[in-house]
Amino acid sequence: MKTMETRVLILGGGATGTGLARDLALRGVDCLLAERRDINAGASGGNHGLLHSGARYVASDAAAAVECREEGELLKRLAPQCIEDTGGLFVAVEGDDEDYIANFESMCAASAVPTRPLDLAEARHLEPALSDRLIAAYAAEDASVDPFMLSLDNLAQAVDKGARYLRNAKLAGFERDNGRIRRSIFLDQTSGERFEVEAEIVVNATGAWAGMVAALAGAHIDILYSSGSLLVTQDRLTTRVVNRLRRAADSDILVPGGTVSVLGTTSVTIDSPDLCRPTVAEADAIIDDARAMIPVLETTRYIRAYAGVRPLVLVAGAGDARSVSRNFSLIDHEKDHVDNFVTITGGKLTTYRLMAERTGDLVCAKLGVDAPCITRTEPLPASTKGEWTEPGLGPRRWIGERDGDDIILCECEMVSRKAVNQIIDGMDGQYGSSLLNSIGLRSRVGKGPCQGGFCGLRVTGHLYDEGYVSGLRGVHEMHAFTRRRWRGLRPVLWGLPLVQADLQEALYCGALDLELEADVRDDGGDL
Amino acid sequence: MSGNTHDVMVIGAGFAGMAAALFAARAGLSVAQSGVTGGIDFSTGFIDLMGVHPVAEGIRWDDPWAAVEAVSKDCPKHPYARMIRPDMEAAIGGFTDFLASQGLDYTGHADRNCRALTPVGTVKRTWRVPRTAWKGVLALESAAPTLIVDFHGLKGFSGNQLVEMRKETWPGLRTARVTFPRGSGELYPEHMAWALADPKYREKLAEAVAPHLGDAEYLGFPAVLGLIDPGRVVDHLEELTGRQVFEIPTIPPSIAGPRLRGAFDRGLPGLGVRTLSQATVTEAETVEDGFRFVVGRGGGRTEVRAKAAILATGRFFGKGLIADRHAIREAVFDLPVVQPKTREQWHNKEFFHTDGHAANASGLEVDDRFRPLGRDGRPAHKRLFAAGAILAHQDWMRMKCGAGLAITSAWRAVQGLMQGVD
Repeated sequence: MKTMETRVLILGGGATGTGLARDLALRGVDCLLAERRDINAGASGGNHGLLHSGARYVASDAAAAVECREEGELLKRLAPQCIEDTGGLFVAVEGDDEDYIANFESMCAASAVPTRPLDLAEARHLEPALSDRLIAAYAAEDASVDPFMLSLDNLAQAVDKGARYLRNAKLAGFERDNGRIRRSIFLDQTSGERFEVEAEIVVNATGAWAGMVAALAGAHIDILYSSGSLLVTQDRLTTRVVNRLRRAADSDILVPGGTVSVLGTTSVTIDSPDLCRPTVAEADAIIDDARAMIPVLETTRYIRAYAGVRPLVLVAGAGDARSVSRNFSLIDHEKDHVDNFVTITGGKLTTYRLMAERTGDLVCAKLGVDAPCITRTEPLPASTKGEWTEPGLGPRRWIGERDGDDIILCECEMVSRKAVNQIIDGMDGQYGSSLLNSIGLRSRVGKGPCQGGFCGLRVTGHLYDEGYVSGLRGVHEMHAFTRRRWRGLRPVLWGLPLVQADLQEALYCGALDLELEADVRDDGGDL
Repeated sequence: MSGNTHDVMVIGAGFAGMAAALFAARAGLSVAQSGVTGGIDFSTGFIDLMGVHPVAEGIRWDDPWAAVEAVSKDCPKHPYARMIRPDMEAAIGGFTDFLASQGLDYTGHADRNCRALTPVGTVKRTWRVPRTAWKGVLALESAAPTLIVDFHGLKGFSGNQLVEMRKETWPGLRTARVTFPRGSGELYPEHMAWALADPKYREKLAEAVAPHLGDAEYLGFPAVLGLIDPGRVVDHLEELTGRQVFEIPTIPPSIAGPRLRGAFDRGLPGLGVRTLSQATVTEAETVEDGFRFVVGRGGGRTEVRAKAAILATGRFFGKGLIADRHAIREAVFDLPVVQPKTREQWHNKEFFHTDGHAANASGLEVDDRFRPLGRDGRPAHKRLFAAGAILAHQDWMRMKCGAGLAITSAWRAVQGLMQGVD
């Protein structure tokens, strides 16, 4: 069995894990990040993409509000390529809690979260989609962030500074000895081979899976899995982030993301993070609730739904998911008699950098390294690995650098064959169990109105042409890709998306018999 | 607005609408037809009759008639259960005879489904294929040495994929990528087909392919070999290369659909059909002696009166059925639609689930004469008929009965209409 050595093994390739890899690499600490599936496969890829100003938490959690304000300001300055500084509104409509509205400004002031009252006409002038039944409106400093670009850029700089990473590396268990993790055993899901990693410290940054990973090490964390579903609209409905001005509840936030808007979320407790799926009932509930704030949400076209799991760390006496703290938990498992094991979980995308910093501090203290964290001042460089996640880049490149021999594979988002090759080159040879899903994650392929119906076929043909896949593998990957897109489509299938899905099924099943020939149970790389 | 009273208004211009207009015109009725680009434009050009039953078990049938019998027995509400074989044969025969008269010859085995290659390398069973695809059926059956040609710049058609998918059972299958004789950069099947209407480009194509021929007995191309007269293009390429030439459909946008549409656009007016193409019915009402329709919007509005109507508007893609968040409705007459109780039940959690999706068996309930039923369970109108994908209790995508169902139910609807009024 192959053995790799590193000082710090980071488990999990979400925002926190990639942020920690960057943090440690900048301190000169050797680290290796291992991810079971792909970058942002969990909650980091299943959230609103909202950079919180803190205003949402001023009533429930003043400390979280302050953290969000500070981190949001830092990231706007240090990682501007990942952020669209949209600004945000908090609006209340008839029937909302007037006491909450009355206290909002002073609560924001208490956490030094900047807000400014707007008169209702001004609010509706700024965002014409808002209801004409507004009763209060405030401007805040929320923004939208591309979480894929963020994690890919973090990882790119970490690698540039000497960190290593592995995708599709499934943790199989730990070998412990004298209260320490001696070896971490993995299954390489591409080759099917096992390998082991010897590290001085193991950091568990697996988000919602942190409890399961901790259990493998003989430690214990109680995690409540709160699934949150979101809907993506076909068009961008507002310029700014729009928050409902009420105590945090479901269906409160509409976040612009490039050419679309993202609406959510729900909070449903599930038994395992692997069961996280958006449902028809959640899609209906979100629309039924949020249309009070933005009436056009009733009739707009939705192109997909998705869901992520909030890992909420339970402490004694906590009630339902919404009242559990959204603060992060940094746990030194020395207390569980596993001296070189640390868990970082919970928290929010907005505070990922701070989570990485605190974890890095603890890891360095345990290693006896005294290099300080510099991510608070050092800009995050833009990388080529994350660039294709940006909406609108495809058409701009195509028009700007058009090459007569190149062809468009994804027509909805204008992703060309050369772009796909560049995206594959950026994967460092780690194609995992589904190259097609990995391309989708790193680009807009499959994210347009056709939701992969046409580009899935075309990119698959291209992968065969280039020899990236052979035998039945490419079609199996297409099945996995289609299944993944379907998960998000099914909850929004009425109106035009249903027409589109009807066409896709007529093509895939009616014309191509794809449901019959390839082994549909093949689980290749389903994220 | 001009007004004429026709014997029948055919609403829809997909397979079912085209077939209904054809059969009604041939029966001597005066026919008006409306409809926009729809299913036929996305067709492979194959005519499926019946291929899979039961869907959940994925059982594939070589004998489509046995499959029709089986589905009629197991699913008595399937539209095929209301038909008899001689009618179905007459319908499909009448349909393909018409296409042949327009230069699109169809062929197949006398008594069984043929197996045809798809552009993704799967093999599907189908009843009739364009003559230009037939040699591919023979090549696949015999696993003869075969060269698949694809083109630089034509996306969505990969010879490598075909070879990789089939190499286990077809070791003599090879591929070569060549430069299309006219044009570089991105290529589109329709433009390529127009170019190949010119013999000069066929000669250049044959020259480009010649170095790759080797021992190949068969030579397969993506379906770009001519738009109006593909048979002639194939024959010419056979002469030029000395090989048996065939086409494999491409994924949409392909030319299989435009070829079919073109055949109807050329042939139906000659039969006296008044086609209101690229326009949909925007108003429909029953009047004394039949129906009054408005076709199109704004300045292009046309009023049509007809004694009878055939609803061949398709399912969701054809917009015969329209879904909102709460229910599925029929678009023209708001007829009752058989459907699952809640949206949660419309679709399975897996796209490729072996059971398929319940929404795809929703649609109109009809009587034995293919008249849709109203809310009281009786025919909604004595001279209103339905055909094709809008019929309930069938899943043509999974059963592989799309064109067959459209054509045979159109036949039955016209027969029902000819039976007179009870």
